[in-house]
Amino acid sequence: MKFKLTFWKIVFLVIMALGLYSTFVRYFYGLGAISNMTDQFPWGLWIGFDCLCGVMLAAGGFCMVGAVYLFNIERLHSVVRPAVLTAFLGYLLFIVGLLFDLGRPWYIWHQLIYMNPHSVMFEVGMCVMAYTTVLFFEFLPNVFERFNLLTPIKWIKRIYPVLIVLGILLSTLHQSSLGSLYLIMPSKLHPFWYTPALPFLFFGSAIAVGLAMTIFESTQSAKAFGRHLELPVLVELGGALLVALWVNALLRFEDYFHRGMLGQIIKPSYEAYFLWLELTLAFLIPITMLSFKKVRLSPQGLYLASIFTVLGFITNRLNVSLTGFETYVGHHYLPKWTEFSVTLMIIAAGFALFGLAVKYLPIFPDVQVPVKDRLQTETRPVVATPVLEHAGD
Amino acid sequence: MSKALLYDATMCIGCKQCEGACAQQNKLPYDDQVAAESVQSEHKYTVVLAKDDKFMRRLCMHCEHPACASVCPVGAFHKTKEGPVVYDVWKCIGCRYCMVSCAFAQPKYEWKSLNPRVRKCIMCPDRVVAGKATACAEICPTGATKFGERDDLVKEAQDRIRQNPSTYLPRIYGMNEVGGTCVLILSSVNVEEYGYPASAKIGDTPMPEYTGRVMEKVPDFIPVWSLVLGGIYWVSHRREEVAAAEAEHKNGSKR
Repeated sequence: MKFKLTFWKIVFLVIMALGLYSTFVRYFYGLGAISNMTDQFPWGLWIGFDCLCGVMLAAGGFCMVGAVYLFNIERLHSVVRPAVLTAFLGYLLFIVGLLFDLGRPWYIWHQLIYMNPHSVMFEVGMCVMAYTTVLFFEFLPNVFERFNLLTPIKWIKRIYPVLIVLGILLSTLHQSSLGSLYLIMPSKLHPFWYTPALPFLFFGSAIAVGLAMTIFESTQSAKAFGRHLELPVLVELGGALLVALWVNALLRFEDYFHRGMLGQIIKPSYEAYFLWLELTLAFLIPITMLSFKKVRLSPQGLYLASIFTVLGFITNRLNVSLTGFETYVGHHYLPKWTEFSVTLMIIAAGFALFGLAVKYLPIFPDVQVPVKDRLQTETRPVVATPVLEHAGD
Repeated sequence: MSKALLYDATMCIGCKQCEGACAQQNKLPYDDQVAAESVQSEHKYTVVLAKDDKFMRRLCMHCEHPACASVCPVGAFHKTKEGPVVYDVWKCIGCRYCMVSCAFAQPKYEWKSLNPRVRKCIMCPDRVVAGKATACAEICPTGATKFGERDDLVKEAQDRIRQNPSTYLPRIYGMNEVGGTCVLILSSVNVEEYGYPASAKIGDTPMPEYTGRVMEKVPDFIPVWSLVLGGIYWVSHRREEVAAAEAEHKNGSKR
């Protein structure tokens, strides 16, 4: 095998090298040396982006599993595997991110023995642990299929309904609980972002971003792996995204309306600029775009709209976790370059692992080297087979 | 009955002996340089702040319903029945949720350490359990920091305000804030000027209630939501089974 050094491979190697340096600093010189976190800003980029945004960006998994297996929308089937893969990698990398952020990561297992059921963090931790396990089982058939191990696939299929319900239940809990984390800081978090509705807003944004990420990664992998783009599927997801965005926008509006904040959010201020940025990216641009049928039917339009959505909600979560505390603390927090480099390394690892998985596992049926005895029943409802059998009678 | 500290800022002379005693009690370095530091940190649990000719002490408030204890995923913080809110370092995983959740921003972190601990005033629990006053209260030459039963100290604070209404602002900071704290403050100026959070802002609701309202619904939510999801699965797949059965039936009748 010949190794060709392309532009992206060089970028990847540079990111990895810097990331490894930062990892060294983190574990040999401590959190103070690697980050700009302080007693005033105990949570920085790693919580704000790696954890809050990371879990949101991995929401495509439970959204698509819900659509295809729970609601039985068969025509979306082709996006389930990449979405589950993204989610599985996303959660694994989230845990890797935690190992950087936790002050005593070697005690992360304490969660399992010193339980505090009153803690939102405890709930998030347990859900993430359990959901990663569920995702592992949802991902496992890819591996079994690759090696033509049909029996274990049958076993997993048998417990699939349980996995699906469990996965969506756990996702509902921890996606919303990430918002609940901030409920205990009413005097610290800026009122633009502190609201009792935080758990609902976090769950709502997870669904919108789950849909947007699925569109994004389908288009992106079509480009990267030269596979055929399933436009009808994307169009359908785009429609769902538009609805999800409207629901989110309505929730936000009602929240500001009921708290009497509408007058304040239109007044210019440091926080208002960030809020406007967030609302423009997350709602104004993608909703306007997707309202045009022409955009909704074009791969380029859908791709762009999904990117805006993702950027918008990333801004939202960074506002909740970072911008919203700056007035309380009295100074700005800007992550150190080493913090960025760890985050970048984790993202780059995610892309690389996704690429490897697509190359060696049947994630996209038309990309991988065809496996001759691939399970044909995989994409069909269980009961369809007997129907066909009897059709010939 | 829980113990508490009453700090009367009007009696404080800013001698900083409480800082020194605290450092000694907790085996922390204390010299002129540390004494000059005007912020709390991982090596300075309490600080005496000066403004004009007035003084103000800052230390952990030892809330009756501590946010730090409620948010800690591994329960490394707990409120003892004697009053102190204490920290079990061997449980801590270092998530720092206690630091972000504390309305008084009391927990500090050993950022330079490779095995960092959360640091804050723990109200000398060993001494308190043994029936002794905290180190800071014991050393205080003027009685500005007084140790005692919380109920008694509240009464005493109220008496002091009643007897000298011109000296004190008519409030006891910590009596009701975030559901009450075991550090009570009397002063002639607003404590907010020294960095304490405003009473109106933190309110009288115990902090754990804000997350508790959501967390208490989780045990009910789990079975209900599972049932709903299971139901959706059943309905959406049932439709298919029925369709298949009907098709089969049709085929059968044609034959």
